Amino acid sequence: MLESLPGFDPAAPLLAVDDLHVEFGAARVVNGVGYAVEAGETLAILGESGSGKSVTARAIMGLVRPPRGRITAGAVRLRGVDLLRLPEESRRRLRATTVAMIFQDALSALNPVLPVGFQIAELFRVHRGLSRRQARARAVEVLDLVRIPAAAQRAGDYPHQFSGGMRQRVGIALAIALDPKVIIADEPTTALDVTVQAQIMRLLREIQREHGTALVLITHDMGVVADVADRVVVMYAGRVMEQAPAADVYARPAHPYTEALLGAIPRPHRRGRPLAVIPGAPPDPARPDPGCRFRQRCSYASEACEEAPEQVEIGPGRRTACHEWERVSGR
Amino acid sequence: MGRYILRRLAMAVPVLLGTTFIIYLAVYALPGDPIQALAGPGRVVSPSVAQVLRERHHLDDPLIVQYGFYLKGLLTGDMGVDFDGRPISEIVAAGWPVTFQLGVTAWLFEAVIGVLLGTLAGIRRGRAADLAVLGGTTLVMGVPFFVAAYVAQIVFGVNLGWLPASGTDAGWPLAYILPGLVLALYGLPQTARLTRTSVLENLHADHVDTAVAKGLPRRIVVARHIVRNSLIPVVSLLGVSLGYLLSGTVLIEGIFNLPGLGYQIFAAIPKHDGPVVVGIGSLLVLVFLLVNLIVDLLYGILDPRIRLR
Repeated sequence: MLESLPGFDPAAPLLAVDDLHVEFGAARVVNGVGYAVEAGETLAILGESGSGKSVTARAIMGLVRPPRGRITAGAVRLRGVDLLRLPEESRRRLRATTVAMIFQDALSALNPVLPVGFQIAELFRVHRGLSRRQARARAVEVLDLVRIPAAAQRAGDYPHQFSGGMRQRVGIALAIALDPKVIIADEPTTALDVTVQAQIMRLLREIQREHGTALVLITHDMGVVADVADRVVVMYAGRVMEQAPAADVYARPAHPYTEALLGAIPRPHRRGRPLAVIPGAPPDPARPDPGCRFRQRCSYASEACEEAPEQVEIGPGRRTACHEWERVSGR
Repeated sequence: MGRYILRRLAMAVPVLLGTTFIIYLAVYALPGDPIQALAGPGRVVSPSVAQVLRERHHLDDPLIVQYGFYLKGLLTGDMGVDFDGRPISEIVAAGWPVTFQLGVTAWLFEAVIGVLLGTLAGIRRGRAADLAVLGGTTLVMGVPFFVAAYVAQIVFGVNLGWLPASGTDAGWPLAYILPGLVLALYGLPQTARLTRTSVLENLHADHVDTAVAKGLPRRIVVARHIVRNSLIPVVSLLGVSLGYLLSGTVLIEGIFNLPGLGYQIFAAIPKHDGPVVVGIGSLLVLVFLLVNLIVDLLYGILDPRIRLR
């Protein structure tokens, strides 16, 4: 399907976001975000609430639309095909078949008045042209795949009849049903308790390994990142601060914000002491600022930071947007 | 479920008792003499005839005794006779099909047009279609019902001659389109506006984003994931609006000359014909109660979250 679209290039990255800008009214919530992910790879997008990580994901899926939000510049390419320049109908056909999304809160992300089996079967009917009966059978298979016990019976149940963990399995089932090449998971475990979180992450990992899917995992959980990510993109105030292989980020952060995030992880040896925080608050996205967006909260800030830093390549697969990165990484 | 239906049916009994009594009381309280009204203005009724009629209809007894007689008859399946001696059951049997067809026609108009307009307005919020629906419904709400009825008769029935202006000779659906449309105007603005509000609430729901992310075509997203969810409050409004609709049949059948139940009430009120008004009135109340029970059951199908109680 992708092969026949304009701009297709088998050598291009599977998913590449390039210089994306998104505005909600006067608020510039995404300012030149770029990242890429390859088949079989897990890319973690790390950042606090309001950093633009979810908005970027929604822009990839085509869920940012006027009058509420506007993509003002940039490109979202799948093997070279720019989704933002495709006609809506072609774009629709790529959703769920090539790029799929798992939402944070499965309870509100599922239609409350339709049985879950029906909601999955819809995918097979619309994209594969299957009959109602065939589609239902496939939906049960998918529910089985995400290990929902007694899938055939449960397919007729409604979202409110499932527990939180089971519901997120249904959310995953929706995303994997058509075997997409890229899955974007927007904080898929945030709404779940810790034990269930681990099960869901394990399930996601297995599915990804079996199908060679690229996984874009949006999270603010550093622990999850350490467990599953191959590479990490750290976002702050609508910009990418740093991207690097996951191990490098933990071993030697090259951006003050990454360093501060790592410092805020509660650790056993700090028991009894106050939790570490990053002082200050994120800047107002409606107020333009020519300087580095993190400088007010940054312990490395210098005069150079009055001017926004460009991303620089500092190693294999490593980029940072900081004037003082050498001091941060101690080189 | 079965128990719920039984409970609802049992609740209908006191409601029916109350409504029959209130309607009976209202007819009893009408000014003027029923015997004189029956004879027509200015005509002299001989005292002996008047006496016989009075006794047959218990007109000299106190209200509560009259009502007791009426109830006694009702419980034995006898709805009584009107002043001309025709059994009410016969009148009901003759008028029922007309009112049924009119009611269903109007209800369909109200539901279909109301939901379509409301959906259109909701999806195009703030644009021309939305403003037109908001303005149009305000206008309709401001026009008295009988004005709309006469204007419709004159414009579409007489001047343009598109549809029959009165009577049921043309049969369903032709004879019922004009009266059905006018009758539907009762509830149409509320239906359209409630649908619009409900669509607006659902338009940006998370599950609609999911539906879009699933790559469903726009029309399926709108019909299945926005409108269907939005219909839940609209359905209960449609149930309640049936009551207004049934009461509207009295005037509409009178104006459009449709020989239905409402027409019988329309003709009986000036004659003080208590048994007709009470009998038919209570029947309409019963229909209203039953339809609302069905609507409530339907509600459970539309919204599974409230079903299994």
